Amino acid sequence: MSSSTPPRDPKISIEHVYKIFGEDPQSVLPRVETGASKREILEETGHVVGIRDISLDIASGETFVVMGLSGSGKSTLIRHINRLIEPTAGRILIDGEDVLTLDEKQLRAMRRQKISMVFQRFALLPHKTVLANVMYPLRVDGVARDKAREAAMEQIETVGLAGYEDRYPRHLSGGMQQRVGLARALATSADVLLMDEAFSALDPLIRGDMQAQLKELQSKLHKTIVFITHDLDEALRLGDHIAILNDGELRQVGTGEDILLHPADDYVERFVRDVNRGRVVTLASTKRDATTLAASELSRARLIELIERDGVDAVVVVDGENRPVGAVSEATLYAGRNEPDAWWTDTGNLPMPEKASDDTVLAEVLPRFAGHSTPLVVVDAEGRVVGRMSATDALASLANDDG
Amino acid sequence: MEAGFPELIDTRGLRLAIDDAFNWVVIEWGRQLELAFLPVLRLLNNIEDGLLWTPWYIVILAIAGIGYLATRSIATAIGIVVMLFLTGLIGLWEPAMATIALMLTATFLAILVGIPLGILMSRSDRMQSIMLPVLDVMQTMPIFVYLIPFVMLFGPGKIPALLATIVFAVPPVIRLTNLGIRQVDAEVIEAVTAFGATSTQRLFSVQIPLALPTIMAGINQTTMMALSMVVIASMIGAGGLGYQVLQGIQRLEVSRGLLAGLAIVFLAIIFDRIAQAYGRRVQQHLHNS
Repeated sequence: MSSSTPPRDPKISIEHVYKIFGEDPQSVLPRVETGASKREILEETGHVVGIRDISLDIASGETFVVMGLSGSGKSTLIRHINRLIEPTAGRILIDGEDVLTLDEKQLRAMRRQKISMVFQRFALLPHKTVLANVMYPLRVDGVARDKAREAAMEQIETVGLAGYEDRYPRHLSGGMQQRVGLARALATSADVLLMDEAFSALDPLIRGDMQAQLKELQSKLHKTIVFITHDLDEALRLGDHIAILNDGELRQVGTGEDILLHPADDYVERFVRDVNRGRVVTLASTKRDATTLAASELSRARLIELIERDGVDAVVVVDGENRPVGAVSEATLYAGRNEPDAWWTDTGNLPMPEKASDDTVLAEVLPRFAGHSTPLVVVDAEGRVVGRMSATDALASLANDDG
Repeated sequence: MEAGFPELIDTRGLRLAIDDAFNWVVIEWGRQLELAFLPVLRLLNNIEDGLLWTPWYIVILAIAGIGYLATRSIATAIGIVVMLFLTGLIGLWEPAMATIALMLTATFLAILVGIPLGILMSRSDRMQSIMLPVLDVMQTMPIFVYLIPFVMLFGPGKIPALLATIVFAVPPVIRLTNLGIRQVDAEVIEAVTAFGATSTQRLFSVQIPLALPTIMAGINQTTMMALSMVVIASMIGAGGLGYQVLQGIQRLEVSRGLLAGLAIVFLAIIFDRIAQAYGRRVQQHLHNS
């Protein structure tokens, strides 16, 4: 099912978690475990299966998106992590510690110091100012007023609300209110951040701003973020890994690209069909093999031979480290047809190819094909040639149902 | 008598049993109870003496001042001055002060008992399902029925009058405290829980402040009910304006009953305005946009 390898040392581990709502969940559990459908259970026992056998590993410092439509159980799932909801069966480990074994006091300590949360409808305290709202988790934890104020002011500045600290939430727009929510969640310096449809209630422009702000913050803070959303674009934009939930069951876990390119089943495929692939799919997964020739072997005859052999429109000439030093197309061959052999062995005479890094998304390379049709040479982080991408290939990958 | 309901049990025996049991309580515990409620009597007397000792014009100005602070309306303040002045003018100043003292003490004690009960009720569904029918009975039972046991326990006087008034007036504040706390946005409660607040922190930092407008509405109703009880309570020695009405009935003096009734209406208007304005103030603070 999962197409990515689980992290070796996960920050959060969810192991075979079930949640059944109703009078006597334990009595129904065996039937759910043996695979009775949600509908059968509801009709025969009046119990609602919220979550069925979910196991997930979430790595430290990643943004893990749980996505699903309403009723998929995603909000139920996230509430298991800080035990706002108790599972019917299963284990939840944070830093290797089973949170279900915590007593009331330890649980409170965990909520105060380790995990914080941002809510869909902000859930700010309407009778407190912005500053008092952000201070609230610290005050609950018994931090002295002065210290709490200082820490809160810092977070208010981080989210760009300096100057609004004495306002009441009702005086702020939705986007600003959610920034207060974010500042409040950051104030405790908890390293796990649960975000339950945090941006869903905001209008699209503000949502985009908030996503950008979160990404920027995350690049500095490296929190472990569990983000719930029903918006696939948001999931793809924010998530290092994405889990797709439907009817309380896990359908697929993987990177955004995995899910787009290799949907695990029909449900996921229908889900991802209309998404803008260009913003997600990278050159690494869509590149074609490049025909390369070591600079030491360079000759006009050899170039012609390779172009004919592979049926490509260009050969990339590389140095000893496999870094591109030139590219030869049929046009180059024709233009230099009268040059002497010695001219052909000098890489300095060859045109340099256009390069693109393999983590670039397709949408970004498309404009570079404007005005010419020379393929891009795809290079890795060290600058070594890993493939090529022509305008035709790029367009085909965008349109294709299965790249 | 064939059509009548058949006499299946001897109710005389039942009633005797209830009366005997109560008599036993009166004999065994009457004195202790009286001693226990002595501080309450002292509080009531102090308030009454204070109101009577203070020169009348200062009392009028003080109440008008409180009214102005609550409503921020000069007109209301002037209205209060006029109404209280008229009350004095028709010779009812002293009974009016006695009535205010009784009403304030009863309301204060009703709040003292009612808010904690309302909080308990809001925290447990079982408690709520026990309390709701009890409150229903308290509010529908004819008021006179309360007078009997209290008079037996304490004899005619201010204490039974005060206690009967409290029993009659306390249900709204209990009900609305419970309702107000239960109506607090579940997401806010969830958020506060997610940040590790204890149930006490949750109660005092979120639930009570957010329920305050509803609780204030309960206090307002309690105040009004306490005031409406004064006439009946006067039958067992509460004194005040109610006693004037009672005398009007006994002597068939329309004028006496009418004037005392008018003074009661004045007091009702004044305290209703003040309590409502405070309620609105709290509400505005929370909900205006």
